Amino acid sequence: MSNETPRGNNFDHWLDSYAARANTLSVSEVRALFAVVSRPEVVSLAGGMPYVAALPRELLEDSFDTMMTERGNFALQYGGGQGDLRLRDQIREIMELEGIHASVEDIVITTGSQQGLDLLGGLFLDAGDVVLAESPSYVGALGIFRHYEAHVEHLVTDENGLDPDDLEIQIKALKAEGRRIKFLYLVPNFGNPSGVTLSEERRHRIVEICRREHILILEDNPYGLLYFGEKPPVAMRSYEEDCVIYLGSFSKILAPGLRVGYVLAPPAIRDKLVLANESALLSPSTFTQMLISEYLAKSDWQGQINTFRGVYRERRDAALNAMAEYLPQLHTTRPDGGFYLWITLPEGIDSKAMLPLAVTELVAYTPGTAFYANGGGHQNLRVSFCYPTPENINLGIKRLATVIKRQTDLLETFGNH
Amino acid sequence: MIPGHQKGQNLRILVLAGGISHERDISLKSGRRVADALTDAGATVIIREPDENLFNHIAEDAPDVIWPTLHGASGEDGALRDILGLTSVPFVGAAADGARLAWDKSIAKIIAARTGLQTPASVTLPKDTFRELDAESVLAQVAKHMSFPVVVKPARSGSAQGVTIVEDATHLSRAMIDAYVYCDVAIIEKFVAGTELAVTVINQGGGLLALPAVEIEATGGRFGYDERVTAGEVNYFVPARLDQQILDRAGKIAVQIHEELCLRHISRVDLIVDENGVAWFLEVNVAPGLTETSLAPQAILATGATLSDVYLGIAEAARLGRG
Repeated sequence: MSNETPRGNNFDHWLDSYAARANTLSVSEVRALFAVVSRPEVVSLAGGMPYVAALPRELLEDSFDTMMTERGNFALQYGGGQGDLRLRDQIREIMELEGIHASVEDIVITTGSQQGLDLLGGLFLDAGDVVLAESPSYVGALGIFRHYEAHVEHLVTDENGLDPDDLEIQIKALKAEGRRIKFLYLVPNFGNPSGVTLSEERRHRIVEICRREHILILEDNPYGLLYFGEKPPVAMRSYEEDCVIYLGSFSKILAPGLRVGYVLAPPAIRDKLVLANESALLSPSTFTQMLISEYLAKSDWQGQINTFRGVYRERRDAALNAMAEYLPQLHTTRPDGGFYLWITLPEGIDSKAMLPLAVTELVAYTPGTAFYANGGGHQNLRVSFCYPTPENINLGIKRLATVIKRQTDLLETFGNH
Repeated sequence: MIPGHQKGQNLRILVLAGGISHERDISLKSGRRVADALTDAGATVIIREPDENLFNHIAEDAPDVIWPTLHGASGEDGALRDILGLTSVPFVGAAADGARLAWDKSIAKIIAARTGLQTPASVTLPKDTFRELDAESVLAQVAKHMSFPVVVKPARSGSAQGVTIVEDATHLSRAMIDAYVYCDVAIIEKFVAGTELAVTVINQGGGLLALPAVEIEATGGRFGYDERVTAGEVNYFVPARLDQQILDRAGKIAVQIHEELCLRHISRVDLIVDENGVAWFLEVNVAPGLTETSLAPQAILATGATLSDVYLGIAEAARLGRG
C-alpha cells in the first residue's frame, strides 16, 4: 500500500476498498453551514430537536434511582434482541392511544426508530428497488433508502396528505416498467417536514391499495401523540396488520438522547427483525430501556406528553403569528401538531442557495432539497418550531424575512435567474 | 504527551476556534488539530470559542500566546486581530492590517500586481453596482471584454464557498447570485488552466520559509468546498510534479506576498501554474486550514518535521515577538 505516486496522497488509503454503497454517503456545504447553529447568536429553525427542558429532571432521576436499586444488574447487562419484555408491554399501552391493539410478541425495540428503518431497509431493499414516499419526505428515511441503493419515487401530497389517486397511478406506471416496489413510506401525522396529516378517508384507501398491490406500508409515527387540538385519525396499523409495519419512538414524547424506538411488525417479519437487531447490536441498550420502563411505571407520562403539547402548541402559534406578521405573502402549512412548518418561497428563490445569507443574518433553516430524493424542494424550506423559545421563533422568522427580501432583491437585480 | 516532547512544557497556549463564520466547522477541526499537536509538544493548551467571555477567558487562562484558528470573516477580516492586539498577549499570525489586506481578494490581487506578480485579469463588482447600472448591461460588458471561462467568487470568503467556474455568459448571473450570498462584493476573474499549487509560508523566528508546494489534483476536476473537506476526493502531491525552477519561483512568490502584507508567522498562498510555467497569484490566506486534510500540514510534514515541532516553533516565535 502506498499513499504516494502514482496517485498522490488522497487521505484515504482505503478508497478502493469501500463497498459501492459507501458512495451514497457524502458531506455537503449545507451540513457545514449548520455548524453555526450551536452559537447562541444564531436562531436555529433548522434542527428538529425536542424541547427536553420541558421534561422535569426529577422524573428521570427518580426512575434512575429505582432502576439501579431494583434492577441495576440487569440494566447494566446485555439484553435480548427483541427488547425488554416489560417495556414492550408498556409500549403496547402507548400504542393503544393510537388505536392499535398489539401483542408484546410482535414488538421489537430498536435504537431509535431510525434504527428500525435501517433494519427494515437491510431486510427488504435490494439495489434498484422502489420506495414510494410523500412529497416531501423525512430526510432520515431518504438517507437510509439511498444507502440501500433504492430509488425513491415521490408521490403527490397535499394538505390532506398523500394522494391515493396518484399512488394508484404511480404503482401502475412503475409496475408497467417492470420495477419492483417494496415500501410505501409515510409519516401520516404532522409529517416531517410538511406538518401535514393524512386524512382518515385516505388512510383507508391507501391501505386498500397497498394490500391489493402487495406493497408494505411503513407507518412512521413519532409525532402522533403531539396533537394540539383534536387527535389525528387512528393509525393504519389499527385496521391492517399484515401489510403495515408501524414505527414508534420515545424521542419526541420523552427524550431523543435515550435512543429508544420500536417496530410493530407481522410475526414473520418480526422474527427477521429480531435476528437483524441481534446481528447489528446484540441488543438495544438495556440501560435506557429499563430507565424508560421505570419512567412509564412511576410517572404521569401522559401528563408529561400533555405538557409537551402545550409547549409545542405555543411555539407553533408563535411561528404562525410571526409568519403572518413578517411573511404574510408566503404559503405555509398550518400543522395541528408536531414540530414543523413547510414554507413555499417566492418563485425563483432557491432555499439551498440562500442558506449562506441566512447564516450571515444569524438564522438557520433546513432547505427543502433535503426532503427530496429527486432534486426537488428548492422553492421550499422547513421551519422547526420545537426548540427555540417563542421570542426566538419570532426573531428568527423576522430575520428570515430580511433574508428573503435581500434574496428577492438580488434576483430582481439579475432578472430572476 | 509523547515522551521526549517536553519542549513546550512551560508554554500556555489559548487556541481560538469556531466563530460564527460560514467556515466554523473547519475552524473547529483546525483548532483541535493544532491543540493536539501543541499538547504533544508538551504545551498546556486551552481551546475556546471567541464569544462575549473572550476577555475574561484571556484573563483567567493567562496564556503566553494566543493562536486564532478562526477561518472566514470572524478570524481573517482583521477585526478579532485588532482586538487581540489590544490585549498584552502575543498572538500567532498576521496582525490586523495584514489580515484585512489579505482577506479581501481584490485588494490582495492589487498588491500582488503592484509587487510585480502575475495575477489573472479580473473585475471586482459590488452588488450595488448591478442595481445602479443595470445588471444586464454590466454583464454584457463583462462578457464582451473577458474571455470565458471565468471564475466568479466572493471577494471576502474562504474554502471555495460561493465559487463558480462559468463556461459561458448565460451562466454568469446565476454565479453572481451564488457569490453574493456570501459577500456583497464579487470578483469575476479570468480562468487560468494549469496546475493548482498551495505554498505555505512560516516563520519560527528564524526568518520566512516557503514550505514545499502542495499540488492539488481534484479527481472530479473541481477543488470546491466538499472536495476540500472530504478525504478521497483530491490527490495531493508534495512536492508538486513540476520543474524545480517553477517550484522555486512559486516559493519566492509566496514569500514575497507574505512579506509585502506583513503576515508574520503563517500564511498560505494559492497559485495556478499555466502551461508555460507562469505562476499566477490567486489569493493568500492568513488563517490557513490546519485540519487533517488541509494543505499547510501536508507541506510541514513533507519537510520531515513534525506538526508538534513546527507549531511549537510558531507559537514560540509569536510569544517572543519574532516574525
